[in-house]
Amino acid sequence: MNIERRRVLKTLFLAGTALAAPQWVFGREYGRGQGVPWEPLTGDIPYHGTLEERFFTSQERETVAAVFAILIPSDEDGPGAAEAEAVTFIDRQLAGFYGAAQHWYMKGPFPKGAATQGYQSEHPPAQLYRLGLRELDLHCEREFGVPFRRLSEDDRHSVLEGLDNEEIEFTDLSAKTFFDLMLENVIEGFFSDPIYGGNRDLIGWRYVGFPGARYDYREFVNHNGARLDLPPVGLMGRPAWVRN
Amino acid sequence: MARQLPGKDVVIIGFGWTGAIMAEQLTDAGLEVLALERGPWRDTPTHFATTFAQDELRFYWRHGMFQEASHDTVTFRNNEEQMALPMRRWGSFLPGNGVGGAGVHWNGQTFRFLPSDFVARSHNEERYGRLPEEMTVQDYGVTYDELEPHFDHFEKICGISGQAGNVNGERVEGGNPFEGMRSEHYPNPPMQMTFSQDRFMASARQLGLDPFPGPSANMSRAYTNPLGMQLAPCTYCGFCEKYGCGNYSKASPQTTIIPALMRRENFVLRTHSEVIAIEKSADGSRATGVRYVDSQGDEYVQPAEIVILAAYPLQNTRLLLLSGIGEPYDPQDGTGVVGKNYCYQVMSSVNVFYDDHYTNEFVGAGALGAVVDNYNGDNFDHSGLGFIGGGYIACWTTNTRPIESHPVPDGVPGWGSEWKQAVRENFLKTTAVGLHGASMAHRSNYLDLDPVYTDRWGRPLLRMTYDFTLNDRLLTAHITPFVEEIARGMGGREVKVNRRRGSYDSKPYQTTHNTGGTIMGESPSDSVTNRYCQSWDLPNLFITGAGLFPQNAGYNPTGTVGALAYWSANAIINTYLARPGPLVQS
Repeated sequence: MNIERRRVLKTLFLAGTALAAPQWVFGREYGRGQGVPWEPLTGDIPYHGTLEERFFTSQERETVAAVFAILIPSDEDGPGAAEAEAVTFIDRQLAGFYGAAQHWYMKGPFPKGAATQGYQSEHPPAQLYRLGLRELDLHCEREFGVPFRRLSEDDRHSVLEGLDNEEIEFTDLSAKTFFDLMLENVIEGFFSDPIYGGNRDLIGWRYVGFPGARYDYREFVNHNGARLDLPPVGLMGRPAWVRN
Repeated sequence: MARQLPGKDVVIIGFGWTGAIMAEQLTDAGLEVLALERGPWRDTPTHFATTFAQDELRFYWRHGMFQEASHDTVTFRNNEEQMALPMRRWGSFLPGNGVGGAGVHWNGQTFRFLPSDFVARSHNEERYGRLPEEMTVQDYGVTYDELEPHFDHFEKICGISGQAGNVNGERVEGGNPFEGMRSEHYPNPPMQMTFSQDRFMASARQLGLDPFPGPSANMSRAYTNPLGMQLAPCTYCGFCEKYGCGNYSKASPQTTIIPALMRRENFVLRTHSEVIAIEKSADGSRATGVRYVDSQGDEYVQPAEIVILAAYPLQNTRLLLLSGIGEPYDPQDGTGVVGKNYCYQVMSSVNVFYDDHYTNEFVGAGALGAVVDNYNGDNFDHSGLGFIGGGYIACWTTNTRPIESHPVPDGVPGWGSEWKQAVRENFLKTTAVGLHGASMAHRSNYLDLDPVYTDRWGRPLLRMTYDFTLNDRLLTAHITPFVEEIARGMGGREVKVNRRRGSYDSKPYQTTHNTGGTIMGESPSDSVTNRYCQSWDLPNLFITGAGLFPQNAGYNPTGTVGALAYWSANAIINTYLARPGPLVQS
């Protein structure tokens, strides 16, 4: 989030006469017949990070890419996490407010919760990735003699199944929590708007047929079960709009 | 040291739907009104314009407009044996934040509860005999007939698109035959239905049921409301729930009330102002105002003659508990009232997958749907069933936002090639039929203050103790097969039944219909407010919102929330102002 821009502006009321109470200023005031406020340069556009914002080391990035390629594979049916650059997406996310769990409640204590109580790790997402990736490699080195990224595709698959089914456990964090977060994130990276670095060239949307950030479907309401074939559009338009 | 501010006639805590309704009504009556909102200002062109509103990652997955959990969240446990742990990020429900509150990101499904829902205890006991001891179901203290003009007004403010079924006792073809008598038709015709609704309606009719178009706060045509606010026709973009409408097509406080209110000299709104307590007089007989902090942590005391508690239901309960107003509920002996009868909504659903037809559910809207009410409330005989209440069955086409919604048939794994291919094959060819079930009050489901976790100012978080009850399980077990039957009649390749199994899980999104905790009723021994939503303890304190519901009906709450706010405002203006004091003698 653009914290500077969002900082609360304090307004000073310059009262001409002495009032019973001093006239400072409170949050921000609206109303008094002034109508709906309008100010220039206040549009709350998305903050989508920049290409330079990265969190992973190159080894971590390679491992996450390898995990993501098993979760959403590239195969004869179509592109996967690799073509969508889902790893770039999560790398940027982890470098920002999401990675730091800035908007999550992260006060302790952190006892192990019931399954119905949701995320209870003391680690924000970025730290969970850092520790989880280390433990993943430790596990693979113990079992296979090589880190995850050097495993065969079949072994990668079975290790991830082990995490998902809670057959593999880590020492310092919940392997299942780590797996669930990676699965959630790769889906985000495959399907979120391309401004965030994944879903490159709208590849995830084209694969499933999602038309994207269009805002007017009135002429299609009576589709009556027919195929529509609308090419997807992102918040920044789509590649076909640019002439080389 | 708190700074003392000059007094106001009315201070309103929270500026969502009911805060805006109260402010509009009370300024119209000539009072000086101040609203305090802890979040930021929000308006359509600045915060959710069509050029950037359709951003699934930002607004849903990164919680762009929801209450910031890092500031304040809820702790949760299924039962008293467990330690409640904080919801570190939102899951099952999504409280709003900022001007407009959750009214910015709702879907717009705008029902009236059934007449019998308001007298749930007396009606059901009369028909079926005594309810079990642990079911703390109560009557509202206000009746459907008393609320009818206020339902009608709220529907006109919102420009609800729908088909009436009962106008002044005359049955109207195509509407809901079970609904309470309405004085007038909906202000707008129903939305256009799509393929999925056509199939649902045909299947339901085949089964002898009575489908009708869902009442919708998404506009079926251009509309000007009684305050002169202009709304635009809905464009079926599929970004309603969890998103603001950039198109002025969804009724929200922003599109229906706030611009009119902002033109009134006697209205002031302060944002980034979080109320931390309601202040009482030394003898504890009345509220004197509120104490609040701004975003810098500076503290203020704002005196007022009338205090309106209009935050989200969970927050309303918490503020009463933190302010020492009313006796906290004790689940052991059933005494006390604040935090009592926390209820939710009990859902199940059936996915339908087609081979040769495209449902194209990206052409959707939050309240675009077809509904069957034959299994709601007491619209069917419950003799021998062991539960009361019911729910509506509906086929809504709200979206195909792909991070959130990519259903696959039974037996498909959760990731990998097979999953990916199943997502592609079914993405444009699926719809769902849902049961939106009532949640009846139970002695062991309640809200209190957490003994361990605190918010950013060091105050205890609210603690939620909640699980599905026997009534809930019997209700969904009985009705889900009818949902499946309708779904099977819609001509798909296969269906997938999502039954209500196991304990309530706080992780997956279900619905933001948290009710109870500050319930209304007939006596101070079993409710927080009287039938006018006036505190039994402090007669110049009025409470709004779904926290007033003694139990939740099988409908979305907003229609009834709006009607109760107008009913209460009417009582303040026409009765209370002339003679301030209790409107009901206890």
